[in-house]
Amino acid sequence: MNFTLRVWRQKNGNDSGKFVTYQIQNISADTSFLEMLDILNEELIAKGEEPVAFDHDCREGICGSCSLYINGRPHGPKQLVTTCQTYMRSFGEGETITIEPWRAKPFKVLKDLIVDRSALDRIIQAGGYISVNSGSAPEANSIAIPKPIAEASMDAAACIGCGACVAACKNASAMLFVAAKVSHLGLLPQGQPEAKERVVSMIAQMDAEGFGSCTNTYACEAECPKGISVTNIARLNREFISANLFS
Amino acid sequence: MLDSKCPSGDIKNRWSDHKTNLKLVNPANKRKHTIIVVGTGLAGASAAASLGELGYNVLNFCFQDSARRAHSIAAQGGINAAKNYKNDGDSIYRLFYDTVKGGDYRARESNVYRLAELSVNIIDQSVATGVPFAREYGGYLDNRSFGGAQVSRTFYARGQTGQQLLLGAYSSLMRQVNEGTVKMYERYEMLDLVMVNGYARGIIARNLVTGAIEKFAGDAVVLGTGGYGNVYFLSTNAMGSNVTAAWRAHKRGAYFGNPCYVQIHPTCIPVSGEHQSKLTLMSESLRNDGRVWVPKKAGDKRHPSQIPENERDYYLEERYPSFGNLVPRDVASRAAKKVCDEGRGVGASGLAVYLDFGAAINRLGKEKIKEKYGNLFDMYEEITNENPYELPMRIYPAVHYTMGGLWVDYNLMSNVPGLFVLGEANFSDHGANRLGASALMQGLADGYFVIPYTMGGYIGGTKLEKVDTNHPAFEEAVKSVKDGITKLLNNGGTKSVDYYHKKLGKIMWDYVGMSRNEEGLKKAIAEIKELREDYHKNVRVLGEGEEVNQSLEKAGRVADFLELGELMARDALNRRESCGGHFREESQTEDNEAKRDDENFSYVAAWEFKGLDSEPVMHKEELAFEYVHPSQRSYK
Repeated sequence: MNFTLRVWRQKNGNDSGKFVTYQIQNISADTSFLEMLDILNEELIAKGEEPVAFDHDCREGICGSCSLYINGRPHGPKQLVTTCQTYMRSFGEGETITIEPWRAKPFKVLKDLIVDRSALDRIIQAGGYISVNSGSAPEANSIAIPKPIAEASMDAAACIGCGACVAACKNASAMLFVAAKVSHLGLLPQGQPEAKERVVSMIAQMDAEGFGSCTNTYACEAECPKGISVTNIARLNREFISANLFS
Repeated sequence: MLDSKCPSGDIKNRWSDHKTNLKLVNPANKRKHTIIVVGTGLAGASAAASLGELGYNVLNFCFQDSARRAHSIAAQGGINAAKNYKNDGDSIYRLFYDTVKGGDYRARESNVYRLAELSVNIIDQSVATGVPFAREYGGYLDNRSFGGAQVSRTFYARGQTGQQLLLGAYSSLMRQVNEGTVKMYERYEMLDLVMVNGYARGIIARNLVTGAIEKFAGDAVVLGTGGYGNVYFLSTNAMGSNVTAAWRAHKRGAYFGNPCYVQIHPTCIPVSGEHQSKLTLMSESLRNDGRVWVPKKAGDKRHPSQIPENERDYYLEERYPSFGNLVPRDVASRAAKKVCDEGRGVGASGLAVYLDFGAAINRLGKEKIKEKYGNLFDMYEEITNENPYELPMRIYPAVHYTMGGLWVDYNLMSNVPGLFVLGEANFSDHGANRLGASALMQGLADGYFVIPYTMGGYIGGTKLEKVDTNHPAFEEAVKSVKDGITKLLNNGGTKSVDYYHKKLGKIMWDYVGMSRNEEGLKKAIAEIKELREDYHKNVRVLGEGEEVNQSLEKAGRVADFLELGELMARDALNRRESCGGHFREESQTEDNEAKRDDENFSYVAAWEFKGLDSEPVMHKEELAFEYVHPSQRSYK
């Protein structure tokens, strides 16, 4: 297959950046999107041009490193897959593909397609945990957790922290990310003691990082590669309101 | 002869006795001690969090953009623990026994027993941190079976167990960052170990955003930096997984133990073409319900649905009736290679076997299978464009895990005082073959429950002089790192880093892969040397050192792989026996099983670096088996 690529190139955080167009030929349909970029980079190196920088690691859709707006959509055209799990058979022969970094104020571009997502770590630091020291845990089966509760918690815990929800949101809100963690821990009996404090601290940190507010467009859910549901946001809102009412 | 510092006495009491004898550090004094932890996988994150909870001043480094991304996250199937919740006869002793046997009698008994003992605490700890393990309808924890065991002791969180365990450890780590006991350094890569008067006292790391070469001093250095499977170019490891931190520590004096022990995992998606950058694992848990087969006739190219039952060879069930499809990984991988070598492989390349769920779907229904393995089936379909509910999966072995690593004693300290090595980065617990669902167990045992004690023993029992980053040893290390970087950037060659990495990978796979022999290994040593020389003359690294430069990062890692590969071949050449993942064609039984030579090779080979122009020196640690007596391993 042959493609025309419009790729965002930006030398560093201070550079203004621009699109550069490349032609790429003879790509097998079974090539993954990032492997296609590998091939482009090999061609650039052969010509003495600097390769395109992008974040990636596991290439199995689980580490959350890869990002990219592909033709204006986080993680490309397919639902429920990350960029690294997107294959070139999802594109048309001769298609022009526009590739950009996540665009959101709290995610500063570091180079080309790489952005700084450390704000998400700082939100977790604010309260996305259960306070238990190593060695002080009780016997695991001393707490029975109904299967549906464990399953719902797991659904929320499947978040990979890639930031697609933020990138998809017109307000650059991190509500789905925060809500996933609040649900994952808040649904479990172990997470109950700190539930109120957790939701309040995480929301405060989200605001401090410059993420926008949620206006219920559900773009986050539509673009989440792990299918995290917006019902988690509803749960977060309930917890947040009750935490503030009864604090 | 190396001293493992293992305690003696009844194996059941060794760890508790040892803990009692270890020196302690006064709680108020702990914060005066800086501990450097490199890596944020299961071992690194759980170590950094646990040491922070104790009050040490911890500096934690990772090359990824967040601590949550380390490759432990990709582990799918599960984690073993001797809880015996299934009432099927499991016990700490049985997990210990299975692990020593599974490792083909090349692991250290004391370490393995401790691992089995701690396995139960890991489950408790993980549940407490909020890991949503699978549960039964009564609300209690569920288990499944994994290879090399006849009991069900594997705990799991769908097909994302590694992700959930890592996020558990990561959340504990983030809590300590919030408490101020741990300072995180993301997008930093360790490039050298700093030695002061024979002690590990710091590291040199490159800030991957600004390119700055920075110095960090501490009282001890802990490496939880993972394995070196990417020396093969194609593996199931993440693209960034590398040996650099461990290798540079090796070049500063740490011995490298059993580098030739590599796990080739039997169930991976086969290679589809030249463009391929990595391989994807299909969890071993699939072998609970999937049946492995190939056509009986060589060259049978019929569609799988057209091949009747009596013309299929379910070769694992046939050859190993008592373990069937759940034989250990080394055995399953070699069996797959054997049938493909006989011309009975399937798919376009002929380098694949079927993993068939037809019978399980008929027995349990599609919904049940979907509930158990849904995300794995989806992943398979995404990659291959084939529907595994209708067609059998095609699988082939791929490099997955490395049992070798830096040599450590019972305290997980290397031969270099103050340098500790945890998880996959050390050589310790899996012998010559790791059983499924044991890597997660080891990473967390080392980080949550071993290092918090042994670090105290070291700090409390060692008179450490005051050292800061102004010490000349730091300057010397900075200079050596900077010289290396400048040389790569100014090399002015013509070929990319990946060009060399792929060539190295091919040499390693052909000669130091699933099957090895003297002639091939000698050839590998010569070819790797030649390739390494060519690399340093002709590699091209574009861009600058003072900003994000992924080519430069990769160039340093591949330079280290080009040195490690040679050591792996040397170790494999020295070990003229077959054991676990190391199969020497010269040493096999009549029915082509691995044949150990306990008389001559019941030892750990720990290699000392003597410069690239000199041969490395081997130190031996003799292995003693007081409990599990070595026998020809049989899964028949």
